[in-house]
Amino acid sequence: MSREKILEAIKKNKPAPKELPEVIGFASTYTNLTITFAESIRKAGGELITVQDMTSIPARIRQALPGMQRIADLVNESPDTYRHLLNDPASLEVVVLKGRLAVAENGAIWLHESDCVNRVYPFITQHLVLIVEQHTLVGNMHEAYVIMGNMMNSYGVFIAGPSKTADIEQSLVIGAHGARSLLVFLVGPGV
Amino acid sequence: MRVALFVPCYVDQFYPKVAIATLKLLQRLGLEVEFPAGQTCCGQPMANGGFEHYTAGCNSNFIKSFSGYDHIVCPSGSCVLHLKDHLHDEKQEAEADRIRSRVYELCEFLTDIVDLQSLDVSFPHKVALHQGCHGQRGLQLSASSERVVPFFSKPLRLLQMVHGLELAPLDRPDECCGFGGTFCVSEEAVSSAMGLSRIADYQQHEATVLTGTDMSCLMHQEGLIRRKQLPIKVMHIAEILSGS
Amino acid sequence: MTYNHHKDHSAAAAEFLVNKERVQWHDDALWFVRSKRDKAAFALPEWEGLRTQASAIKDHTLSCLDEYLQQFEQNAARNGIHIHWALDAQEHNDIVYSILARHGARKIVKSKSMLTEECHLNDHLEQKGIEVVDTDLGERIVQLNDEPPSHIVLPAIHIKKEEVGAIFHKHLGTEAGASDPQYLTNAAREHLRQKFLTADIAITGVNFAVAETGSIVVCTNEGNADLGVHLAKVHIACMGIEKIIPRTEHLGVFLRLLARSATGQAITTYSSHFQRPAAGSEMHVVIVDNGRTTQLGREAFRNSLKCIRCGACLNTCPVYRRSGGHSYHNAVAGPIGAILAPNLDMKKNADLPFASTLCGSCTDVCPVKIDIHDQLYQWRQVLVQEGYVATGKKAGMKVMAAILSSPGRFSMAGKLARKMLKWFPRLAMNGKLNPWGRQRELPEVPAESFREWYKREHGK
Repeated sequence: MSREKILEAIKKNKPAPKELPEVIGFASTYTNLTITFAESIRKAGGELITVQDMTSIPARIRQALPGMQRIADLVNESPDTYRHLLNDPASLEVVVLKGRLAVAENGAIWLHESDCVNRVYPFITQHLVLIVEQHTLVGNMHEAYVIMGNMMNSYGVFIAGPSKTADIEQSLVIGAHGARSLLVFLVGPGV
Repeated sequence: MRVALFVPCYVDQFYPKVAIATLKLLQRLGLEVEFPAGQTCCGQPMANGGFEHYTAGCNSNFIKSFSGYDHIVCPSGSCVLHLKDHLHDEKQEAEADRIRSRVYELCEFLTDIVDLQSLDVSFPHKVALHQGCHGQRGLQLSASSERVVPFFSKPLRLLQMVHGLELAPLDRPDECCGFGGTFCVSEEAVSSAMGLSRIADYQQHEATVLTGTDMSCLMHQEGLIRRKQLPIKVMHIAEILSGS
Repeated sequence: MTYNHHKDHSAAAAEFLVNKERVQWHDDALWFVRSKRDKAAFALPEWEGLRTQASAIKDHTLSCLDEYLQQFEQNAARNGIHIHWALDAQEHNDIVYSILARHGARKIVKSKSMLTEECHLNDHLEQKGIEVVDTDLGERIVQLNDEPPSHIVLPAIHIKKEEVGAIFHKHLGTEAGASDPQYLTNAAREHLRQKFLTADIAITGVNFAVAETGSIVVCTNEGNADLGVHLAKVHIACMGIEKIIPRTEHLGVFLRLLARSATGQAITTYSSHFQRPAAGSEMHVVIVDNGRTTQLGREAFRNSLKCIRCGACLNTCPVYRRSGGHSYHNAVAGPIGAILAPNLDMKKNADLPFASTLCGSCTDVCPVKIDIHDQLYQWRQVLVQEGYVATGKKAGMKVMAAILSSPGRFSMAGKLARKMLKWFPRLAMNGKLNPWGRQRELPEVPAESFREWYKREHGK
């Protein structure tokens, strides 16, 4: 059987045991995570709006994405307002989801499977809105994985900016296959 | 301090002026320098072609020629790197080991051993420095642009001691020139294209002189420059530092 | 799309170099990516420390690879993922096809996977009448143009936008003469949306497989892997045995290095972690050897298995930038390809380790510290010893070694060579006999060698 042959060949050919490094990762030194995060979102091609609380978000979404009809706000609205839209995900124009945590250094926002509601929503929608609570910001990826360790058991994704490509002559084009834009609301009393 | 001068085989035959400049520079610094007469080649031409197993003769001749010196100095980063990485001899491995730790590229020697702080030479020209890859990345003569380390460059620091010398800033300060030993003929098209794009960088920054730590890189680029009859003079760094 | 009758690297590169303007454009595009990488790397003071950690994690993993693969298998199986093992490319292709056949699948969407390129999976499936659509934009471009990718991260880096316009005009019906990247990308988006929505099965590669959780991580910028996987009923992920890392926390190290090294981004847009199939769906992971265990046994070359396929060594390589990916006639081009390919087939790839000046830029740029240029040197020794280098070269090297090892023969030969050059310069400058002279002059011949001068000056 191939499995046994492969494992046997590895046993025969592998080098002498080498230890893992004792320390993995580096502590971040960003003095203001909000500023760093905002800068990272901008670099990743997204837009960031800071708000004190959630109440103004639905209005701000309509303002930022005018003319959108098929909006599934899975965070702020009752399922009755969007349930019919979810039958045809390919027609979704805007999906609003909430991230679990976010990384200041690179603008990556972590969504667990339940945060996506359905795995395909963050990808198939034309425009994606993600809500991040300020207290969930961490400095870098090492710090993120320490927190995420016990969150992962099915599917999860870091999203940093809208879908993009530079496959034609290294020209950056926003909106490859996934969302054409990413709007992030950073929510917190001090932002 | 017994210092031996190792002159790369092709420098000996085609660029004696570079060896003479190296010798005079070292002598001017008050060093007693000998040129062991039996020396030939470090063996790199065979080894880089995949024939390291043909270099035993070169190795034993090198050890025979250079045993007993405190320092061995060579105006080529590439040859020195080859010796440091590959000089071995089953019959006299202890001596090979000793030589490997005592062989220096010229700029490295002037910086680390002589601790040269000033030079009384002048060279009022705009100079482009070609960082030979083996010296730069292999011997760590200077920080390579890929690595996130504080900038340093031994050849650059020495050139900065020369009065009136202006360094040309380059767009790609440490891109390979394309010489590469047998590569320069086996991959002639790529080799020449690489050299020409280095030369375009020098011209872009109005350098009138090209210098470097390896005559092999310079020989290749000089060949391209002369074919195109471009107004760039090619000199080994020893020629500039010695004021010759 | 394979390279059955390939030219050797030198000849293919010379052909690529005929169009100087195009080579300049290719070189500039890749140097631009290298510059973006530099900016991203230098923004992290701990960059060299990250490289050291990444390298050490991979070294450790290779030294316990069998144990981690089994741990991965157990955990993945517990999560409902089907694990398959393939000794070689053929078995990999057979396994994938058997899964498709069991589901009666006819339409496949595939996101980027260098492993499936290496195994020529597309050819295999297409011969069986299955439609395989590569969904990464660059890969779709080269697929429509019936050629292999020329770069592991930027598959269509060798194609100009006007040419993409022509390819899309022919296959997707875009406007004739259109070359705006925004317009062309949007056309591909619309075209591929339909493929995503109607595909039976999605195939992806694997960037990292985490042993302690049995999960796989897939990184894309376009979102094509996720769209494919989440819309299809079955997900097949194909990975080489070397994709394993021990723990989730190690992802922090690799994800900080990967995109920065590849494109200069701080992270790819999507880093997707698959640990369980979605409700009602099926997930398969095919673990492939295809020569990797042999490479593991080659002490000088085993650490090539640390590669995370970022492509930084291609972007920085002055030879790659001026010869193009196809000149390497191997799924993985550039310096890393040149040390991986001989392991797969020494005869076919004997030219590749010589397609380098050994400048070492690849080694310095590598985020997992593979000693690429030292391995190129070592492969040259192995290829010569195993008889894969022309006999003429061997004879020449033997003569050269004899001359260069003896002071007497060296002085005589040197004198002779200098006289020859003086008397018959045109002979030496005949480009057919001596490639040196095609674009270069020879050095001016001095009257005497240094050793002659020294003897004269210092007596004796």
